[in-house]
Amino acid sequence: MTLDDLRRIMVACAGEDEHVDLGGDILDELFTDLGYDSLALMETAARIETEFGVRIPDEQVAELTTPRALLDFVSGVTVP
Amino acid sequence: MTQTTIAAPGERTGGAATAVITGLGVIAPNGLGAEKFWAATLRGESGIRPLHAEGHAGGHPRGGGPRYPVTLAGQVSGFVAEEHIPSRLMPQTDRVTRLALAAAEWALEDAALRPAELPEYSMGVVTSNASGGFEFTHREIQKLWTQGPQTVSVYESFAWFYAVNTGQISIRHGMRGPGGVLVAEQAGGLDALGHARRAVRRGTPHIVTGGVESSLDPWGWVSHIASGRLSREPVPELAYRPFTREADGYVPGEGGAILVLEDREAALRRGAAKVYGEVAGYAATFDPRPGSGRPPGLEQAIRKALADAGTEPGEIGVVFADAAGVPFLDREEAAAISAVFGPGGVPVTAPKALTGRLYAGSGPLDVVCALLALRDGVIPPVPHAGEVPAAYRIDLVRGAEPRSAALTHALVLARGKGGFNAAVVLRKPEHPEAVPRKEEK
Repeated sequence: MTLDDLRRIMVACAGEDEHVDLGGDILDELFTDLGYDSLALMETAARIETEFGVRIPDEQVAELTTPRALLDFVSGVTVP
Repeated sequence: MTQTTIAAPGERTGGAATAVITGLGVIAPNGLGAEKFWAATLRGESGIRPLHAEGHAGGHPRGGGPRYPVTLAGQVSGFVAEEHIPSRLMPQTDRVTRLALAAAEWALEDAALRPAELPEYSMGVVTSNASGGFEFTHREIQKLWTQGPQTVSVYESFAWFYAVNTGQISIRHGMRGPGGVLVAEQAGGLDALGHARRAVRRGTPHIVTGGVESSLDPWGWVSHIASGRLSREPVPELAYRPFTREADGYVPGEGGAILVLEDREAALRRGAAKVYGEVAGYAATFDPRPGSGRPPGLEQAIRKALADAGTEPGEIGVVFADAAGVPFLDREEAAAISAVFGPGGVPVTAPKALTGRLYAGSGPLDVVCALLALRDGVIPPVPHAGEVPAAYRIDLVRGAEPRSAALTHALVLARGKGGFNAAVVLRKPEHPEAVPRKEEK
């Protein structure tokens, strides 16, 4: 899963804040600064599970505060 | 006791604030924006059309078509959500909330009220809704059954909810004062206005209020049909003719109105552009248990609202009726009106014959009509109305032409299935141009 995949999924799940440039270097930006709240991230996690087969537990979602942290988590999971 | 009074006068103690309406936001089947809606209403233009299963522009799935026994609805057309709603809010909102957010924005613009310039706790939101986010829920429930629970949107948690319009409006505009939602089927929109006035009198000077509905997706549509009160007439002009011999049910619709209600003094201080009118009286009653033999509560609601406004029946120049279009309900309402005003004692009209019944949306939309009728000195007619049974003893304004009338007060009525009655008295402002002219520099 790439950063572009994540961008696409986040926009589909929760739209796009007109004051934020998602196309920029956002790997280490906080999701909250990008305009995504906890519900937006839960929705994103659900979509990632559907598309990539990686389950992110709800309590884990809250700890993944940046795109880098989320992508690292997804990459580190072994899909059965 | 013949009925329980759930909201009564009693707030007019000790210099209660005068609550005035300073902004109108309308989304109606026959017009977007208050002035377009009003012009269409005076011309007798209807927004009632056949529902098509494939929906209209915007791709909303709709009930309707030959598989359904009822095929007509008042439908908002020409509303492109993406032009009014930020991308962030699209995935989390039902159509009803998009309509409500747009109407709220128009009401604020009309009132020249800029939330960012006011203290956030000085503004509140009180709306009514009777159906929730039906289409959103329809889609998510379908996903639940066909693709599993993990595919259901987290936003279903609030997008379906009656309170969602209040919540989204307050979040979007940073209005952190009192928030509320009232659910009382068709009566709820007037109850919201009454509660908004209460909030003003308790010290929150600026309240966004009103009600909007939309539930014309297939699941919503069968829910409307299940009420048993819908007209099965397929010809739009003939389907919803309240108070007439031909009345045989109503046509449901979508839309409504959002209003800005303010403490008059605070509105003047912030430089409000205009005052449409005062919410001078409000009351709500509840009908007795069916079969009890006791009278319905509407007459009592009218009398209490008049008393609350300190207004005599003779001062009311027009009644905007609930106009259920169901004969026994029309008869009850006509009896209440003629009991208070005398036989044929006041002009009665029902512009909702052009929009369909909008549930929580109709009361506020009728309030808009009433305020503009006060402003312009005209009463919109009910076109295509047939003969009114003599026993009703009401002066229904019929025909193609509006009726001219010098108006100072209007009465708006709404009744909700389940026994809800609400009445609002509106008073024409002495000075519609709210702002004392600023001295030239």
